[in-house]
Amino acid sequence: MNETEASEIGGLKTGEGGIIVSKLDDLLNWARLSSMWPLGFGLACCAIEFFSTASSAYDLDRFGIIPRNSPRQADVLLVSGTVTFKMADRVKRLYEQMAEPKYVISMGSCANCGGPYWEHGYHVLKGVDRVIPVDVYVPGCPPRPEALIGGFLKLHEKIKSESVLRPVALEKLMEKENEA
Amino acid sequence: MKLSQIKELVLSEYPNSIVGEDENASPAALLVKPQFIFQICELLQSNEKTYFDQLSCLSGLDNGEEAGTMEVIYNLYCIPYDLHLMLKVELDRKHPSIDSVMDIWKTADWHEREAYDLFGIHFNKHKDLRRILLPNDWEGFPLRKDYVEQERYHDVKVKY
Repeated sequence: MNETEASEIGGLKTGEGGIIVSKLDDLLNWARLSSMWPLGFGLACCAIEFFSTASSAYDLDRFGIIPRNSPRQADVLLVSGTVTFKMADRVKRLYEQMAEPKYVISMGSCANCGGPYWEHGYHVLKGVDRVIPVDVYVPGCPPRPEALIGGFLKLHEKIKSESVLRPVALEKLMEKENEA
Repeated sequence: MKLSQIKELVLSEYPNSIVGEDENASPAALLVKPQFIFQICELLQSNEKTYFDQLSCLSGLDNGEEAGTMEVIYNLYCIPYDLHLMLKVELDRKHPSIDSVMDIWKTADWHEREAYDLFGIHFNKHKDLRRILLPNDWEGFPLRKDYVEQERYHDVKVKY
């Protein structure tokens, strides 16, 4: 086939960039970690830091992180601030409304362990991990945007190590059998 | 208008309604008998010489078990004459209750709910007296001196 003939049917096909060989786990993990959409809700001053992380100066968008306004569309629950007992019920409910796979980042001292309210804060939940499972803890009061980005990158690492096909439940069962 | 003049005005209308005064308080305060609070507030709000048209703040105060009293403090402000006044009321700590001033100043609605929420002070004739900050099923009144937080709330441990 010469070039004129080829141009008539839409150009020469070189085969470059047509096929990528990868593991299914890697593909899924890459897709998940490249579009971690957090639920855009703030609880206290940490939320301000979250907003500035999303602003143009720090640009969370470059990691594919776009705040969503519905738990149904969110992948990451970012607990940004003081969780009071009154709010804890709501946080739990939002977590339950999210679709799997879902992750939780606990941002700042309050969400980690109660922060400055640990002793006399009768109204503050002493760590959001008492209500929902947490994947990454970001320390700070409040954490700087760099620290929050660090937290998201830690979550990247965690997602990278996941496997859909690995029979985790079976492995756990075998472990139990072996112990007994 | 000075504190003494305000005092005179109140006493001329309701004798024996004032227990004392505190010039050092900021703003200067009148200590009032609780059963007169509604009438006095209404008088101060509607009298054209005082015209306290704004309730700036309403706070609760617990003096502890030893003193056996609770207080409600009213901070009044008159916009046209730029007048400030504080009213203080002492209540029995075991059954703290006082008439609501919600019908005089709408602001009192949420302020009184807050005092009820945190101190357990009951405001008679308040139309919507329920907790405002804490959840409805909270036990106890946290700003009381002898408050002990509940062990668990919705099955979650409260203490660290």
